[in-house]
Amino acid sequence: MLQINSVNKQFGGIKAVDNLSFRVKKGHIHSIIGPNGAGKTTLVNMITGVYKTDSGTIFLDGADITNISTDKLVYRGICRTFQNLEICENLTVLENVLLGFDKYMDKNLLRTFFRAKSILDDEKRYKDRAMHLLGLIGLEKLAYQKAENLSYGILKKLEIIRALGTSPELILLDEPVAGLNPKETKEVADLIRTVVADEVTILLVEHDMKMVMEISDYITVMNFGKKLAEGTPDEIVNNKDVIRAYLGSGVVC
Amino acid sequence: MSKISILQRYNVNKEIILLSLILAIAPFFFQNDFYYEIAIVSLLNAMICIGLNMLMGYAGQVSLGHGAFAGLGGYIAVILGSKYGISPIFSIFIAIVTMGIFAFIISKPILRLKGHYLAMATLGIGVIINIVLNVEDELTGGSDGMSVDSFRIFGYEFSDSLQWYVLCAVLLVLAIWSFSNLIDSPFGRILRSIEGSEKAANSVGINVSHYKSIVFVLSVVIATLAGSLYAFFSGFISPGEASFSHSIELVVMVVLGGLGRIYGAIIGAVILTILPQLLTSFEDYQTLIYGSIIIFVMMFMPKGIAALFADIKGKLFASDK
Repeated sequence: MLQINSVNKQFGGIKAVDNLSFRVKKGHIHSIIGPNGAGKTTLVNMITGVYKTDSGTIFLDGADITNISTDKLVYRGICRTFQNLEICENLTVLENVLLGFDKYMDKNLLRTFFRAKSILDDEKRYKDRAMHLLGLIGLEKLAYQKAENLSYGILKKLEIIRALGTSPELILLDEPVAGLNPKETKEVADLIRTVVADEVTILLVEHDMKMVMEISDYITVMNFGKKLAEGTPDEIVNNKDVIRAYLGSGVVC
Repeated sequence: MSKISILQRYNVNKEIILLSLILAIAPFFFQNDFYYEIAIVSLLNAMICIGLNMLMGYAGQVSLGHGAFAGLGGYIAVILGSKYGISPIFSIFIAIVTMGIFAFIISKPILRLKGHYLAMATLGIGVIINIVLNVEDELTGGSDGMSVDSFRIFGYEFSDSLQWYVLCAVLLVLAIWSFSNLIDSPFGRILRSIEGSEKAANSVGINVSHYKSIVFVLSVVIATLAGSLYAFFSGFISPGEASFSHSIELVVMVVLGGLGRIYGAIIGAVILTILPQLLTSFEDYQTLIYGSIIIFVMMFMPKGIAALFADIKGKLFASDK
């Protein structure tokens, strides 16, 4: 489904992503792991067009999507979440989810000014669907709360739900459980496994090894911008290179 | 949903009915033309503030140039009328279109800036406009300003203060209504999401810079309309209308009324139009007073007067919910 062909990105003298290639299969939960500074988030930013790739190509279902901006990618079926929470705190919980449906709504200026029927119909239709999404994480009751009043853990889930509103084919989750406690982590893992993975292919960047091993179908390990290893969770746990990268070369395995 | 009244359907809410009533009753308390003049200037300032509030309060983009945009718009309308003999209504229309295009062009580079830098950029453009209006005296009459022909729509001449008042009041209600519709829509949600998190907006497919441009153009267009009406109403236009202090005045009105509160724009505009008249003996200290108001508002009621009203209302009727 997603095909990364020898992409490169350099910041000054540092090769953040170095000649990296891999494929994500449709329907998989595909995880990218690696030590801090391995270039994982840079990779996500390259796929979503935040950074321009120095060289290499990225294909989605056979179509070239290299360097296409984030907002246009949403219309191609790719949506992302952020390592550092990006929620509109000035909006209510419901409005944040509604934002996810924005690409389907009528935003014609003239019709908006005169409050045309299409505007009201859209608002109603997508409000029902947004409430349904909120139901998945048990947030209907808090729908009209300002997002700023909610805990970090809930907002992390809200971000994933918002992304689902765009009905993506591929969703990029950049550290969805960073900073969460074990209970919240489990909730997010369940959300990803039960809800998201049902309909959507997932590219997951995460540090929480327990979760990654539990829910991933396939794993790519990065180190210093390069691909260190790839395989199923079982293969990765037993890979000597991976163990060396994480624990240092002095360890006798 | 099937059982909603026509008023609900078109978003004609209590506030807008109350506003219309106040505007309708107010003339009975006007003792002379001076009252009308203050009222009309308040209404026109309020119109500019509605647009500016949309830009600053909802989309979170500061502008210190809206006085200059309104003034330049006014000049364009006046010059088209006096030099080229175009009737007022068409010259205002042309001014609006011209300023809209102008705003669109400058919006692309300057709205990439944020916070202080954006404030500086809009301030700079405002100052340049002011200098141009002062220097190009063949067209603009320089610092002496120029007189303006009478205002007529299809031969109907506006000479009486009451006619002007009615025109401005109707336009203000229309502006409030249409901008309320805008806020209360997916479009309005996009604007607020831009203030909340541009990255989040971008990640769900919103072309942030496109919407910033649109809201900037809208705010400049409504400022141009009000600015040119003001020129025709007062029968005179000078670079003072496009001065930096006028831009600041407008920002103070919006902040005092309440950022992100559409009726706040009216409250702020009315108060700050009347206030200088009450304080005529302190004219030398006007800037000082404006500065103090901003500091006071920021420290003690950062959400403005409209939010204060909403809080009081919320406490009084708390048992309703």
